[in-house]
Amino acid sequence: MGTFTRTLLAVAWKDLAAEWRSREILSATLVFSILVIFIYNFALDLEVTLQSDLAAGILWVTFVFAGTLGLNRSMSMEKDRGGLDGLLLAPVDRSAIFFGKMTANLVIMLVVAIVVVPVFSLLYTINLILPGVILVILLGSVGYTAVGTLLAAMAVQARTRDMLLPILLFPVALPLLVAAVKATAAFLSPSVTNSAVPWLNLLIAYDVIFLVIAWLVFDFVVEE
Amino acid sequence: MIQVTQLSKRYGSRWALRDLNLEIPDGRFVALLGANGAGKTTLLRILATLLHPTSGHVTINGLELPQQAPTIRRTIGLVTHLPLLYGELTAEENLRFYARLYGIERPAARIDALLELTGLASRRSDLVRTFSRGMQQRLAIGRALLHQPPVLLLDEPYTGLDEEACRRLDGLLRQVTSQGHTILMASHDLLRSEALADRFDVLTRGAIAASCDKPSLPPGGATAFYRSVVEMG
Repeated sequence: MGTFTRTLLAVAWKDLAAEWRSREILSATLVFSILVIFIYNFALDLEVTLQSDLAAGILWVTFVFAGTLGLNRSMSMEKDRGGLDGLLLAPVDRSAIFFGKMTANLVIMLVVAIVVVPVFSLLYTINLILPGVILVILLGSVGYTAVGTLLAAMAVQARTRDMLLPILLFPVALPLLVAAVKATAAFLSPSVTNSAVPWLNLLIAYDVIFLVIAWLVFDFVVEE
Repeated sequence: MIQVTQLSKRYGSRWALRDLNLEIPDGRFVALLGANGAGKTTLLRILATLLHPTSGHVTINGLELPQQAPTIRRTIGLVTHLPLLYGELTAEENLRFYARLYGIERPAARIDALLELTGLASRRSDLVRTFSRGMQQRLAIGRALLHQPPVLLLDEPYTGLDEEACRRLDGLLRQVTSQGHTILMASHDLLRSEALADRFDVLTRGAIAASCDKPSLPPGGATAFYRSVVEMG
């Protein structure tokens, strides 16, 4: 196994093992997600089958807000306990540290999705457990955790990090959010399935661009 | 050997270090003394490759910063007042995690030896968050020694420790010193520094104001030396 892969797996294992024991991020993110779904359900007072556009929008707004909680916590835990210094002291490619942390954040986000999607389907009487929707969730989560992990590493250096991350992240994640909502809506609407293709392409392009950017700049982002 | 020449570091308009020169031969234990804000932590973080200098030259064992930072990282261990450990992992898991990062082949024997050295062998399977501050600091020293670095940087390692924990840490540092590491320790604790170090450098306003070997200390020891330097301004 190469040094890069070994580092990536070690960092991801460390984050997931710590999270498995504390369940700090997972419990907060899950509770928040379920609450958002409930609040939208009551606020919009929807009694009949939901329009696909609206369902897709609510689902992704829930993921994005909940994901921000987890991303913020994942990096601030490193900073508060000095772990970030410990990682940066290691003689490894620092982008491997990024990909390790991103992998852990992605796993947590997908676990949240596995719980949220069936709850959403029940509450809003719309079946989200479709291969196309699952593909969009995967692609959207990869892009969101890539850009989110990078910006969380940037924001964690600031005193106002809790407020700073959403301010930095939401504008940058907007193209991803639009593409994810449109693609999800297309898959939920059986008559226009083909219209999902350009949005899927946009999601793939966004993922590739931000994975490459993160790989190139993470070393500079974490420098003091 | 650590060699620092004309090292400066500026944060905005404030100079944390200004034209600092320092040379530490192999195997020496140097105590870096100075008031809060004198620049001790900045110097240690530059030596640890965590901070870029504004100007000046730093070489550690013939390797130059920042160009050879990745290689230098293999040769240094850093202990700060934060343990750089993960509370939700056990002592053994923490060491195993860092062993993976440092690419240590078959780390089990090394981890066993370090847990013995730090007196934590019986707590190896306990979560670090259940450890006292003193135990965490001893494990932090184990973490810093994991890859057998020739250079050890200690930044206020006694911060927040009670007297018993300080004494245990003293014993551990004496053992480490006898293994021939080059050690630079920033500390406010003059008595403990005097007991451990063989040279004392006083840092004031971002530069080394005075340096004294242990045999040359005035009556009153490191405390008297430090006060005389500070009073001279």
